Amino acid sequence: MKQKGWKELTPGAVVTEPGSSKQFKTGSWRAFKPRWIEENCIHCLFCWVYCPDMAITVKDGKRGEFNFDYCKGCGICALECPGKKGNKAIVMEEEGN
Amino acid sequence: MATPLSLKELSKKEDRLTSGHRMCSGCGAPTVVKMVMLATDYPVIASNATGCLEVSTCIQQFTSWNIPWIHNAFENAAATLSGVETMYRSLKKQGKIDQEIKFIAFGGDGGTYDIGLQSLSGAMERGHDMIYVCYDNGAYMNTGIQRSSATPLGADTTTCPVGSANPGKVQERKDLTRIMAAHGIPYVAQASPSNWADLMKKVRKAHEIKGPKFLNIIAPCNRGWRSKTDDAITLSRIAVDTCYWPLFEIENGVTKITYKPKEKKPLVDFLKPQGRFKHLFAPENEWLLQKAQEVVDRNWDRLLREEEFTAPKSE
Amino acid sequence: MPKIVAVTGNEAVAEALRQVNPDVCAAYPITPQTDIMQRFSSFAANGKVKTEMILVESEHSAMSACVGASAAGGRVITATSSQGLALMWEILWIASGDRLPIVMPLVNRALSAPINIHGDHSDGMGARDCGWIQLWSENAQEAYDNTIQAFRIAEHLDIRLPAMVCMDGFIISHSITRMEYLEDEKVKSFVGEFKTLNPLLDIEKPVSYGPLILTDYYMEYRKAHEHVMSKVPGVVKQVADEFEKMTGRKYGLFETYRLDDAEVGIVVLNSAAGTTKDVIDEYRAKGIKAGLLKPRLFRPFPYAEVGDALKHLKAVCVLDRADAFGGSFGPLFMDIASSLYIQDKKPLMFNRIYGLGGRDYMPDQAEHVLNELVETAKTGKVQSVKEYIGVRE
Ligand SMILES: Cc1ncc(C[n+]2csc(CCOP(=O)(O)OP(=O)(O)O)c2C)c(N)n1
Ligand code: SF4
Ligand code: SF4
Ligand code: SF4
Ligand SMILES: [Mg+2]
Repeated sequence: MKQKGWKELTPGAVVTEPGSSKQFKTGSWRAFKPRWIEENCIHCLFCWVYCPDMAITVKDGKRGEFNFDYCKGCGICALECPGKKGNKAIVMEEEGN
Repeated sequence: MATPLSLKELSKKEDRLTSGHRMCSGCGAPTVVKMVMLATDYPVIASNATGCLEVSTCIQQFTSWNIPWIHNAFENAAATLSGVETMYRSLKKQGKIDQEIKFIAFGGDGGTYDIGLQSLSGAMERGHDMIYVCYDNGAYMNTGIQRSSATPLGADTTTCPVGSANPGKVQERKDLTRIMAAHGIPYVAQASPSNWADLMKKVRKAHEIKGPKFLNIIAPCNRGWRSKTDDAITLSRIAVDTCYWPLFEIENGVTKITYKPKEKKPLVDFLKPQGRFKHLFAPENEWLLQKAQEVVDRNWDRLLREEEFTAPKSE
Repeated sequence: MPKIVAVTGNEAVAEALRQVNPDVCAAYPITPQTDIMQRFSSFAANGKVKTEMILVESEHSAMSACVGASAAGGRVITATSSQGLALMWEILWIASGDRLPIVMPLVNRALSAPINIHGDHSDGMGARDCGWIQLWSENAQEAYDNTIQAFRIAEHLDIRLPAMVCMDGFIISHSITRMEYLEDEKVKSFVGEFKTLNPLLDIEKPVSYGPLILTDYYMEYRKAHEHVMSKVPGVVKQVADEFEKMTGRKYGLFETYRLDDAEVGIVVLNSAAGTTKDVIDEYRAKGIKAGLLKPRLFRPFPYAEVGDALKHLKAVCVLDRADAFGGSFGPLFMDIASSLYIQDKKPLMFNRIYGLGGRDYMPDQAEHVLNELVETAKTGKVQSVKEYIGVRE
């Protein structure tokens, strides 16, 4: 992105576009990557509520895919996932595999 | 009607704190903020003390806030928000605004227990209609894990490092939640992201009470706690189950423990997974480990008695 | 009809603030300012203003609350002196960096230690580089007029910077003089409605105040601030012109007194200018061509204009009511020296420090300085560049 000159800045450094950090993709930070195993998912949405990066999508109350633009691969979702009958619906795998 | 407190319903709401923030992977703080924001449907304006949350959520033109937000300095999130809230009252009285808006200040433990305590105390005493939320990660994390008055007894930090002449932090934590309760404000509570429904109920209750409210919320920091990136929620749950971080509220002087673990776990369950307490398991520091358990027992015991003592008399 | 009154400086400033009728005021006591906030609180308590008061627990919180209230979107005031300003120091920079048009009377008082409650300029000088506008006032009338004009300057959409209005503690703040109050309606229409810019309270358009700005943009923001400062003198003059049309009282970037044909001159801020003018009249009567320059807009300092006004003199003495320890000279001297540095022809200069901690500035001190100026002009030699005057050996 072209950097702005001093005449183009908003007075007082005020940021006028809410939620603009979405332009900053944190997915590249990942060392591990979560994988969703849909058949084990009970759609409890714990993963969604505990994810620090708002990287789990939900549609009409149903868990959807990860948003890998932002997922940092912390593994919280996998650890907290109850899964079905002891089978996790999220597993962590090394990034790049 | 407010959104029911079910994850299914809450998930339909827009994120008030968005992705693309630069908190460390697995940090507990964004989850705390997200839950606090999810809990209410009211429009909210927030202030934020300097610290990890602030520096990572608003960098140059990238803000993670979908609500009006102001960072002023380190020690003045409460005073700053008291100014915003007062302008709101002034303009409302003049008929220039008619919406109902709620106000929330966020500060880390350093910005709240230590350098911001006067500003917080002043704002609470003046009675501003706002919630102050402390996300307590137990040290000055943003500057590199220095000790604060919220750092637990025995912890290894960069300013009370474990060395041949020092076993880590030798003082107990300041009991800020009780200090805030001593202000006589209408609502004070302690919460944990592990118990999201309890946390959100408290936020919701706080919003319905007029006047100053204070919430202290544990926010694990894997970097400073020297733990794993996936254990923020698990550790905050153990903190609750060991009664290191009891969940309670004090509403108009009445103390209520909102969650009592069926079986109180030993404090070591909380300490063991954290590298900052590693040295406590060496034989020469056994006394400190014991003392840490005694402090937790003493505080928990007092809380139980306080609950009994302050309970409204039944007719 | 304007009203002729006999009031103190504090009373006059409090009256100006009442007439402006801001939305929010943060108040905290400190001598000699306390009186302003007390009077204003009483206006609020009696429904004479619509202002919501924030009775803070410190000046640090006063300025912090002002930042919050101003960013929220409305007209905001506080007032302070000395230690109070020192405690605010951190947040002064944030108020200006965030470009918030807060107006703050500063009743000048010496800084501790030793603790002293009387007037000197060390407080205001300590805050001179923090990006605020500073207007300095000789007497109650000027303090009143400057306070009213400060809102227009600070809130101007090309400017949006906080402004301090300075007057001497006790000497002006607490002594009664005859002056003129404007009608409420005139002040109201002169300052006009507050115009918001990115208000926090507009929840439909969420904005973030106070981002982290690192090496790649910090300098651009500083340059933008410097540029805005350069536009201040023009706005100050424009507002002064309008004010003159309304009141007949003329203001500029600075005041000159018998300076045009003078050979020697004194530069001095605030109340000491009054005494100095009287002594200059006596010297003029004796045929000595003396004059005076009194800065009004001290920040941003109008270097070019001041240099231009002084360059024809043979000798200039700058009187400083503050020292800048380790900087060799008093703060005003350093600015005057810079103003003249850019001129081809410049007078000989010396600096005298007077009146610290409220020490009286008497006509004999002005005489002493004028005699020295005459001698310097005659011999072409400066005896000593910097000295304290009115101090015991
Ligand atoms: C007056 C002042 N002193 C010190 C600092 C440096 N500083 C910035 S953030 C910070 C630590 C914040 O700690 P805390 O409030 O616990 O938040 P955390 O970073 O742990 O989330 C410190 C010491 C500052 N910005 N301002
Ligand atoms: S936590 Fe596991 S089971 Fe629950 S919604 Fe997420 S993936 Fe499905
Ligand atoms: S790994 Fe962490 S960041 Fe990624 S989706 Fe799971 S909880 Fe969110
Ligand atoms: S240092 Fe700790 S508190 Fe700060 S962002 Fe990283 S994990 Fe979170
Ligand atoms: Mg902290």
